[in-house]
Amino acid sequence: MSLEAAIAVHRFGLGARPGEIEGVGADPKAWLTAQIGMAAEQPVAPDGGAFPNCGTLVRQEQAMIAERRAIKAGDPEAQKKLAGGRMKIFTDEMAGRFKLGFTSSRPFAEHLVWFWTNHFTVSTTAGRTLNFCGAFEREAIRPFIADKFENMLLAVASHPAMLVYLNNNASIGPESRAGQRTGKGRNENLGRELMELYSLGVDSGYTQADVIALANILTGWSLDPKAASGFGYFPNRHQPGVQTLRGRRYAPDLKGGIEAVRDLARDPHTAHHIAIKFATYFIADEPSPQSVARLERVFSQTGGDLKALAIAAVEDDAAWEPRPRKMRSPVEYVTAGYRLLNLPGNDADGRLTRAAMASARAMGEFPMTAPSPKGWPLTSDAWSGPDAVLNRIEWAKQVGGKMPPDFNAARVADEGMGPLIAPATRTAMARAETQGDALALLISSPEFQRR
Amino acid sequence: MILDRRSLLQSFAAAGIIGAMDARAHFACAATPGDRRLVVVILRGALDGLAAAPPHGDKDYASVRGDLALQTSGTGALHDLDGFFGLHPSFANLKTLYDNRQLIVFHNICSPYRDRSHFEGQNVLESGGAQPHLLQDGWLNRALRPMGIGNGDRALAIAQTPPLMLSGKVQTASWMPAVMPAPDELFLNQVRALYANDAVLQESLSSALALQAASQNAMDDPAAVGPNGQKRPGGAYGNLTPLFQGAGKLLAALDGPRVATLEASGWDTHVTEGAADGQLARRLQMLDAAIDAMRTAMGREVWDKTAVVMATEFGRTVHPNGSGGTDHGTGGAAFLFGGAVQGGQVKAEWVGLRSDVLKDGRDQPARTDLRALFKGVLAEHMDVPNSALENTVFPDSGSAAPIKGLIRA
Repeated sequence: MSLEAAIAVHRFGLGARPGEIEGVGADPKAWLTAQIGMAAEQPVAPDGGAFPNCGTLVRQEQAMIAERRAIKAGDPEAQKKLAGGRMKIFTDEMAGRFKLGFTSSRPFAEHLVWFWTNHFTVSTTAGRTLNFCGAFEREAIRPFIADKFENMLLAVASHPAMLVYLNNNASIGPESRAGQRTGKGRNENLGRELMELYSLGVDSGYTQADVIALANILTGWSLDPKAASGFGYFPNRHQPGVQTLRGRRYAPDLKGGIEAVRDLARDPHTAHHIAIKFATYFIADEPSPQSVARLERVFSQTGGDLKALAIAAVEDDAAWEPRPRKMRSPVEYVTAGYRLLNLPGNDADGRLTRAAMASARAMGEFPMTAPSPKGWPLTSDAWSGPDAVLNRIEWAKQVGGKMPPDFNAARVADEGMGPLIAPATRTAMARAETQGDALALLISSPEFQRR
Repeated sequence: MILDRRSLLQSFAAAGIIGAMDARAHFACAATPGDRRLVVVILRGALDGLAAAPPHGDKDYASVRGDLALQTSGTGALHDLDGFFGLHPSFANLKTLYDNRQLIVFHNICSPYRDRSHFEGQNVLESGGAQPHLLQDGWLNRALRPMGIGNGDRALAIAQTPPLMLSGKVQTASWMPAVMPAPDELFLNQVRALYANDAVLQESLSSALALQAASQNAMDDPAAVGPNGQKRPGGAYGNLTPLFQGAGKLLAALDGPRVATLEASGWDTHVTEGAADGQLARRLQMLDAAIDAMRTAMGREVWDKTAVVMATEFGRTVHPNGSGGTDHGTGGAAFLFGGAVQGGQVKAEWVGLRSDVLKDGRDQPARTDLRALFKGVLAEHMDVPNSALENTVFPDSGSAAPIKGLIRA
């Protein structure tokens, strides 16, 4: 078992399942690269099939709203059921996502999905996004991890989840026909965050006038229950007149909007912004300027090819430092624990998956619930505060306590961590009172807390 | 289990490991922390100051605010303060504080940040720099040593991990209402040994254990636990009361923290903000109730030694946007309250609400620098010397002279 194989599985992957490090083979870089040539896997719905597309979800949502209006004054039980309906959609979607993380045989591809979903944060904390969050990742992120950045950006900017989250569905050109009729106007939220967070980055010299121009460009981008994608462009809400964004002019129609989004993706500031975030996530909390510059160059030279970007990170020597440096986020931590123990098994009633979801939440992170569009933090210090660390140890102890009496912690450690285990951890495990405690010590150890 | 943790804490203390001992070791070369308490509440997301503290006496108020204007009479009427400014109808407890001369409202106030990014704005608010990302640590952390507070649990973040404002050279503690069962002492000692060569994890674990032991009595609120046993931090929909109440209980302890930070998000009201009812009204009411719970938990004696300063990264646009909300702006409101505060006043350099006085024709203007408020509180309430304020706590803040007359003599 080579050290490089263990690093590949833990740093780029999601932690080792039994036999996974052995299976990496002689060329860990090739093992990683082979995972990312195509779209990411899709999670499986509770009935074993595929989740519905967002157009269906938009129609469902409208039907639910209509139904709720109809029973407004009536049956409180029926009302409760409707509220529970939205939450169930979200929980089922997230359970499918967690399960994929526990079991995927393309863990690097899955890890890339997590990075991009967090980069393009959509959260249940604002707007009516609960029903659409799962679809967002399935439709705007997973198909594009080996595609061009501009295609992902466009899919993101036109996805119902994003349009609802950042209020673009309510943004109406003040001089458009709908604006004139209703007196309603523009909402800057998506226009601003699309530049600040999702593409150019905050110090890239755009102005308030640019924010307004982009918001105008995006007016009329909203939800259409008749479309399979759930997205529709409504010319009667679109602000008339050519818009100038960062010195370029865009026609007042959907084509102009698509061009504007693609131009943001191609802007050199975007290459820099993405390179920094990607390096911070996969290489180090404070990546060297050389690492960032390399990723930035590859991103620019390939026209934002995301597969090339991922390979460039894999090929950076700095990413192979033996000592794990990045604190696992709670979702990464719980996932690595489950992979280590080959959980959740068939989990027919979903209990073990739900337990992991609740644990990640209690440790402070849950997918698609970040407090702001900036997403969950990428650096270790966010997850290593006093309360956070104690929570993780408490979780490790709980997991250890659930192991059967014939459990062999040392074997799990060898298979799942191998050369990454520190001598002190081995000693402590050997001295532990029970096999469960030995496992809990492994999961609490500095080297398992990090990747 | 509680006793286990307490005895564990004592054994750490005996070994000189935990922070309180360390803090004492610094007394010889720094000021001694007094018994006054300072709490900073960070409102993340840009609170609408014109909703929180409506200038109802301004002749343009009703017209510029449109559907968001609050009424001065009838159901859902705002609370009048001085005939010109008021408080949102949800701020019933804050109104009582004002009447008891324990609340000062500040208006047209903002950090020196003049753009409209939440994240840069919060960075400036918390770092105390003149621009985003100029300083890597938080102003409140830099103010700890001058207050006589060293490493340990005299400075406390109610969070899983301290926010930037309280992060820096001085090690501080963090606490949240715990929901997971606590591991036993033996196991924790084994983990501590594992962390012997890991400074970050070792420091965090020691600090957490010390706090956990001291806070057992702050954890008895079942409301802190969600339906699936998850914690409810001050996120957009989280109940704030357990956090504020827990802070109040911890701050009440004789040897407890002297400085604490609290965070509440959920103020980014781009859509259907509402006026007397609605989204923002509910969130403000949650905040108002949480503040009252903190006051009650502290008890009269400690409350009388307390100042709470509550601020947000920037204000919002004066006019409603197209979707019944407001967009990112500049100036806004801030609040200073507590038994130690010389309250019952509104401090604002008011210039009206006409478009020609608004920043870029849209934002509430910024006429007072938030740093002037922070500096005033640090100087009068926590005896931070002027040299420290100007040189280390808020470098390059000469234009923002400390506001005087904030704290009772």
